[in-house]
Amino acid sequence: MTELEQTPLVALHKALGAKMVPFAGYEMPVQYPMGVMNEHLHTRAHAGLFDVSHMGQVLLSGGSWEAVALAFEALVPMDVLGLGDGRQRYGFFTNDAGGIEDDLMFARRGDNLFVVVNAACKAADVARMRAALPGGIAIQELTDRALIALQGPQAETALARLDARAAGMRFMDVADLDLGGCAAIVSRSGYTGEDGFEISVPADRAEQLAQTLLDMDEVAPIGLGARDSLRLEAGLCLYGHDLDPQTNPIEASLTWAMQKARRAGGARQGGFPGAAAIYDAMLHGPDRRRVGLQPQGRAPMREGVALFDSETASDPVGRITSGGFGPSLGAPVAMGYVTAPHASSGTALWAEVRGKRLPVTTCDLPFIPANFKR
Amino acid sequence: MKFTEEHEWLRAEGDEVVVGITTHAAEQLGDVVFVELPEEGTVVSKDDEVVVIESVKAASDILAPLDGEITEVNSTLADDPGKVNEDPQGEAWFFKMKLSDPSQMDDFMDEAAYQKFIG
Repeated sequence: MTELEQTPLVALHKALGAKMVPFAGYEMPVQYPMGVMNEHLHTRAHAGLFDVSHMGQVLLSGGSWEAVALAFEALVPMDVLGLGDGRQRYGFFTNDAGGIEDDLMFARRGDNLFVVVNAACKAADVARMRAALPGGIAIQELTDRALIALQGPQAETALARLDARAAGMRFMDVADLDLGGCAAIVSRSGYTGEDGFEISVPADRAEQLAQTLLDMDEVAPIGLGARDSLRLEAGLCLYGHDLDPQTNPIEASLTWAMQKARRAGGARQGGFPGAAAIYDAMLHGPDRRRVGLQPQGRAPMREGVALFDSETASDPVGRITSGGFGPSLGAPVAMGYVTAPHASSGTALWAEVRGKRLPVTTCDLPFIPANFKR
Repeated sequence: MKFTEEHEWLRAEGDEVVVGITTHAAEQLGDVVFVELPEEGTVVSKDDEVVVIESVKAASDILAPLDGEITEVNSTLADDPGKVNEDPQGEAWFFKMKLSDPSQMDDFMDEAAYQKFIG
């Protein structure tokens, strides 16, 4: 087994009593003494601090914004060119079959593009960018930076104590803030369905900043366990589970993330991997679709559970890709893929759990309404 | 009270034993959100999977500690699975069983031996 990498906050996690686990090649905190359930509820009521330094931070630069944006548009079906300065968007890399290679956030910072990708995919993502982008575009992986997420309804109160400008940011804004003498790139976004911020800082300043935030009454450290239940209740995809190279964005119910300029008939249609396959799925409708799944009983239904359209049918009509218990709902929650005829909200299905068929109903996502500052 | 290497406790009550999981096991599992109990009257063999426990993190099985018959289950756990975290060695017992050979109880650890086992 290869040695696990560590984030700049590893010593802090251990001092806080975290249970550390291997995740995407990193030694990461899965929970703190508070426990997954209370960490989840704390984040929804107050503010949670998450170490997401394992994620990849990449800066693209070279010449003009137009050159950088159009170069990146060759890899993603998003309107990059139309992104305003200091604004961020959700996106994904596609392959020639229209499948999703990774999902990501990208932000315009002047003439540069700041991209945050998943830890498990970052080496492949950087290689993909190096191979595809023209020579004039510099691709710099910012390995000397940490990334801290501060999430929850009191995140603004906490962060604004360090820089009052935090309170003036809107959802998906990106700004340079001075957090107690620490120069930070801050976006108003996250992975919990709550208001909050994602904060990129130099690695050697990360522990001090995290400690400053944790010293505030509102803020508690939150591990990967609650990060997963929070994003699941918020209906957000986890790459490698809800999204993969065999799944196109139409199937994944991510059509909203592809702006008009990049759709068929748009000003800059095509020009990204798998455009034909994705436009075809858009035109004819996908064969299967990602939906929310509400188990009717108390038993959690986890990843891999097969879905059937009757108690006795032998052929599955779908499969759960993420599932567990939703602490804010006090009930099990799941998402997964079902064939198109079963995808409309309210369809009664059966999930096979430990050899028993249990009732589950398709539903709209998210389970918990988003609490963003628009 | 006796303890198994699978982190169950057994307490003799007349000619039955009451079975639950230890405080240590409950802490390791984390917040319990679902408990599925066997049918009363089920005849079980040692190491049969008789109870399913799901925490926020994962599902685990509780095995029958010995051969016997399930005589009673603690159905309050179905509605209040969190009790397993609150009082694992008391109110949150899982089931009672009648052992085929009660003398086999003697092979399990006492509290001191169990504390040493979990070290």
